[in-house]
Amino acid sequence: MADVLTVRDLRIQFQAPEGLIKAVDGISFRIPEGKTVALVGESGSGKSVVSQAIMGILPRNGRIASGEVLFADPAQRGSVVDIAKLDRDSAAMRALRGGRISIIFQEPMTSLSPLHTIGDQIGEAFILHRNAGPAEAKRVVVEMLKHVGFPDPDKAFDTYPFELSGGLRQRAMIAMALVCRPPILIADEPTTALDVTIQAQILKLMQDLQAELGMAILIITHDLGVVANMAEEIIVMYHGKVMESGTRDDVFRHAEHPYLNALLRAVPRFDMEPGERLVPIREIKAKPGQHLLKKDPWPAHAGDAPLLEVKHLRKTFAIRKQGLLGRKNAAVATVVDDVSFTLKRGECLGLVGESGCGKTTTSKIVLRAVSADGGTVSYNDHGTIVDVLALDEKGLKKYRRRVQYMFQDPFGSLNPRMTVFDIINEPLLIHGIGDQKERFERVSELMNLVGLNVRYLRRYPHSFSGGQRQRIGIARALALQPDLLICDEPVSALDVSIQAQILNLLKDLKEQLGLTYLFISHNLAVVDYVCDRIAVMCAGRLVELAPRDVLFKNPVHPYTRALLSAVPKPDPDARLDLTALMAGKASNPGDWPDPFTINESAKLDLVHLGDGHFVRARPDSGLGSVQSAAQ
Amino acid sequence: MLTYTIRRVLIMVPTLLVISALVFIIIQLPPGDFLETQMAELQAQGEGGNAEKLEFLRKQYGLDRPMIEQYAIWLGVWPGETGFAGLLQGNLGYSFEFNEPVAKIVGEAMWLTIVVSVATIIFTWVVSFPIGIYSATHQYSAGDYTLTLVGFLGLATPNFLLALVLLYLSNVYLGISIGGLMDQQYMDQPFSWGKAWSVLAHLWVPVIVIGTSGTAGMIRRLRANLLDELQKQYVTTARAKGLHPRKLLWKYPLRMALNPFISDIGSLLPEVISGAVIVSVVLSLPTTGPVLLRALQTQDQYLAGSFLMLLALLTVIGMFISDLALAALDPRIRLTGGTQR
Repeated sequence: MADVLTVRDLRIQFQAPEGLIKAVDGISFRIPEGKTVALVGESGSGKSVVSQAIMGILPRNGRIASGEVLFADPAQRGSVVDIAKLDRDSAAMRALRGGRISIIFQEPMTSLSPLHTIGDQIGEAFILHRNAGPAEAKRVVVEMLKHVGFPDPDKAFDTYPFELSGGLRQRAMIAMALVCRPPILIADEPTTALDVTIQAQILKLMQDLQAELGMAILIITHDLGVVANMAEEIIVMYHGKVMESGTRDDVFRHAEHPYLNALLRAVPRFDMEPGERLVPIREIKAKPGQHLLKKDPWPAHAGDAPLLEVKHLRKTFAIRKQGLLGRKNAAVATVVDDVSFTLKRGECLGLVGESGCGKTTTSKIVLRAVSADGGTVSYNDHGTIVDVLALDEKGLKKYRRRVQYMFQDPFGSLNPRMTVFDIINEPLLIHGIGDQKERFERVSELMNLVGLNVRYLRRYPHSFSGGQRQRIGIARALALQPDLLICDEPVSALDVSIQAQILNLLKDLKEQLGLTYLFISHNLAVVDYVCDRIAVMCAGRLVELAPRDVLFKNPVHPYTRALLSAVPKPDPDARLDLTALMAGKASNPGDWPDPFTINESAKLDLVHLGDGHFVRARPDSGLGSVQSAAQ
Repeated sequence: MLTYTIRRVLIMVPTLLVISALVFIIIQLPPGDFLETQMAELQAQGEGGNAEKLEFLRKQYGLDRPMIEQYAIWLGVWPGETGFAGLLQGNLGYSFEFNEPVAKIVGEAMWLTIVVSVATIIFTWVVSFPIGIYSATHQYSAGDYTLTLVGFLGLATPNFLLALVLLYLSNVYLGISIGGLMDQQYMDQPFSWGKAWSVLAHLWVPVIVIGTSGTAGMIRRLRANLLDELQKQYVTTARAKGLHPRKLLWKYPLRMALNPFISDIGSLLPEVISGAVIVSVVLSLPTTGPVLLRALQTQDQYLAGSFLMLLALLTVIGMFISDLALAALDPRIRLTGGTQR
C-alpha cells in the first residue's frame, strides 16, 4: 500500500522569550493508506506540534526549520505536495486543510464555537471545499450526523454545542472532520477528556468509520491502552525525537528502548501482583518531618467505630425554568440518591463512576461544601461521633482540620497570584497554628514531604508543571494534618508517568502519616492500584460496593461489568471487544436487566453477597443466596 | 423569548420607581428649597422680600407639604392643586425658575441630546471597531503600540479640556467658532432641512469631544477580548477547516468579542449624558446638560427631577435594547439563562 503521508527529518522550532526551542528534532515516519498510526509520548514531547505542522496550524511563533511533510493524495495518483514548503495561509494549504486532512481535538467542550449551531459548523467545511450550496450541505451534514450516531440528526442540526453532552460533542467534532471524506484524519487525544464508556464508544466509532471510508488515522495520545486497541503502527516520541517505532506487536512485546519500557511500567494494570509498585520515570520520596509526625494519638477507646459513616445520602438540584413572573421549579434532578457507605480508619475507599454520576457531589457533602437534602454523615473525631450535617460554624471549623480536599485541576485549584508559601501557609493561618517561625518550618517540611525544593517557596504556581502543582495541592491539603483526605480525580489531568509518581506518593503518605482516603476517579485501573475497597456509582446511586479484588474478579452489576469491559488495556492481546459494549445503555438504570432494573416502580436496596460485597438489586432476587452457595 | 421580553419590560417598572425616589430624595437633600435660594439671591441684591411673601409662594408651589407628599404628587399618585397631574399622567411638572412647564423647556434640548448621544455611540463603534481588530490581530506591532498610545491619551484627557483645546485651535488657526450645535439663524426656529443640515455640520465637534474617552476604552476592551478569543480552541478548529483567515475572524472570534459592544449600549448612554454636561457648558451646546446643571444649582426641583427621570428612562430603555440584542445574538444567554448548575 502506498503511503498517504510521509514525514522526513522534520524539525520545528519555537521562538520563545528564553531563546529558540527545538520542539521537534528530526523525526521521520509514514502513514500508509487506510491504516492507523499512533504517536505516543508525554506532554511536551512534541507530538501535538507534529500534528499542527501537518495541518499548517502551528502557533505564530513556531516554524518548520527543515524537513519534508509529503502528502500523496490518493484521489490524484502521482501528485505529491510538500506541506512543509506551503505558506500556511495560502489557498493551496487551505484547500488541503479540512478538505483532504482533518483533525479532531482533545477538548470537545471548547473546540466548537458556542455561538453557532452544530449544523452550521459541520456544513461549513463541506460548503468551503466542495462548493456546495446550503441545501446540499444540510443533506450531507444530517447524513453524517446519523453516521456518527446522533439519535435525532435532523434536530441535532440546529442545536448548539453547549446543549450536548461531552460524548455527543466529540461525535459532532468527528462529523465535522469527516464531512469532506478526507484520506487522513488526525486525532489529537480524541478521548482523553471522556469517560471510559464514552471513550470506548468513540474509539469504536472511529474504527467503524475508518473501515467504511478507508481513511488513514494518525492518533496522538499518551494512553497506551488506547494505542494497543487502535494502532497498527506506533511511534514513541520523547523530547522531540523518535525513541522507538514499529508495528503494534513489535513495540508492545519487544519494547527495546528504556523510555518505552519505563512508560509501560508506569501504567497501572489490572493484573499487577499484590504489593507491586508502579515505577514512575522520576520517583519522589516522601520525607515527613517532626511536625507532621507529631499528631494527636488515636485514643484506645475510639475503638473500631468507622471513621466516616454515610447513610442514605440524598441531594437534589432544581432545574429552574423562567416563568412569566419569576422562577418556577420545573424539574428536580436527583444527583445523589440513597448513598450509604462506611470508611474505616486507615482505609482507602474508591468512588468510581462516569462524570455526572454524583461522586463529586457526594464528596462535597461529606466536606459540607454542599448541603444535603437527606441522610446522615457521621464522623468519628478521635472517639467522639460528630454529626457532620448538623455542625455549627465553630464545629465546622474544627471538622475542617480533620477532613481535607484535593482537587482535580492542578491549574484552577491554585491561586495564580499567591506564592507557593502563601498557598501552603494559608490553612495554618486560618486555623491560627503556631507562630511565624513554626509555620515556616511546617511549610518547609510539607515541601520536603512532597519532594519539592524549599527554594521554590517564593515562586508562583505558573512556573510549575501539572504534576508539581498537584504536589503543591497535596502539601496544602496536608498542612492541617487531617485524618481524612478526599481526593477528587487527583491524577486524571496528568500524564501517565506523572500519574504513577503522584499515586505512589499518595500511597506512601497514607502509610507514613496514617491517613484515610476517599478516592474519586473514573479510571478503574488507578482505583485498583490505590484503593482497598471500591464503590461504583451510577446516576446518583451506589450500585456495587466490594473489596478491590472481589470487584475485579467477580463484578455482579451490569454497570460495573460495562465499566470494566470498556477500559482499554495496554496489551495488544487483550483488546476491547468494542462490539459487545452496550450502546450507551450501560448507564441508564431503566435498561439494566432484572433484578437490577431501576425505574419508578422498583426502588432497590443494596444486597449483601458476602465478603463485604454489596450490589443494588431486588431484595427478593435470591442473588445473595446464590452467591453464597457458589462460594 | 417572548416571556423573557415581557419579564424584562416588567422589571423596568420597579427599576424606574426606585430611580424616581432616589432622584427626588437627592434633589431635596441640600438644605432649603428653590424659594429660599431665590430669596437669598434677592436679598443679596438688596430687594429684600418678606417672610409673608415667602410663605405665600411656598404654599402656592406646594413646597410646604411633607417631602413624601411632594414626591407622590410629582409621581402622580396623590392629588395636587390641580388633581392627579404627575409623571404617570405625562405631566413633567412646572419649572419655578423659567415659569414654564418642564416639557416645554426640555422638549428641544432633549431631542438634541438624543441626537448627540446616538451620534457619539455610532462614532465610538465606527472608530473603535476597526482599530480594536487591528490592534488585536497585529499584537505588539508598531501599529498596535501607536494606536495603544493614542488610545491611552484619549482615555486620560478630560472631555472638557479636549473641548477647550479644540475651541482654541479652531479659533486661532481656522478662524471659526465651533461652539453651539447649529448656526445662529436657526436658533429657536422650528424644524427645517436647513436646520438639520446645520446641526449635522456642527455635530462632529461635540461627538469627538464626548466620544473620545469612550472610544479609547472600547478599543482596549475589544482588543483584550479579541486577544482572548483568538487563543481559544474553536478558532484553531475553524482554522483546521481551511477557512480563509479573514472570514474566520469575522465569523468566530469577532462574534464572541461583540458582546461588550452590545452591552455597552446601556452603559454608554449615561456615560455620554453625564460626560456631556460639562462639555455642553464649555461648547455652549443647547442640549440638556446646561439646563440640568442650572436646575440642580437653583433647586428647581421639578425641572431637575423630571429631567433626570427622562435620562433614567433613556438609560433603562438602552439597557433593555442591549439585553434583547444580546439574547438574540448569543444563544448561550437565550437558551441557558436562568438555569442553575
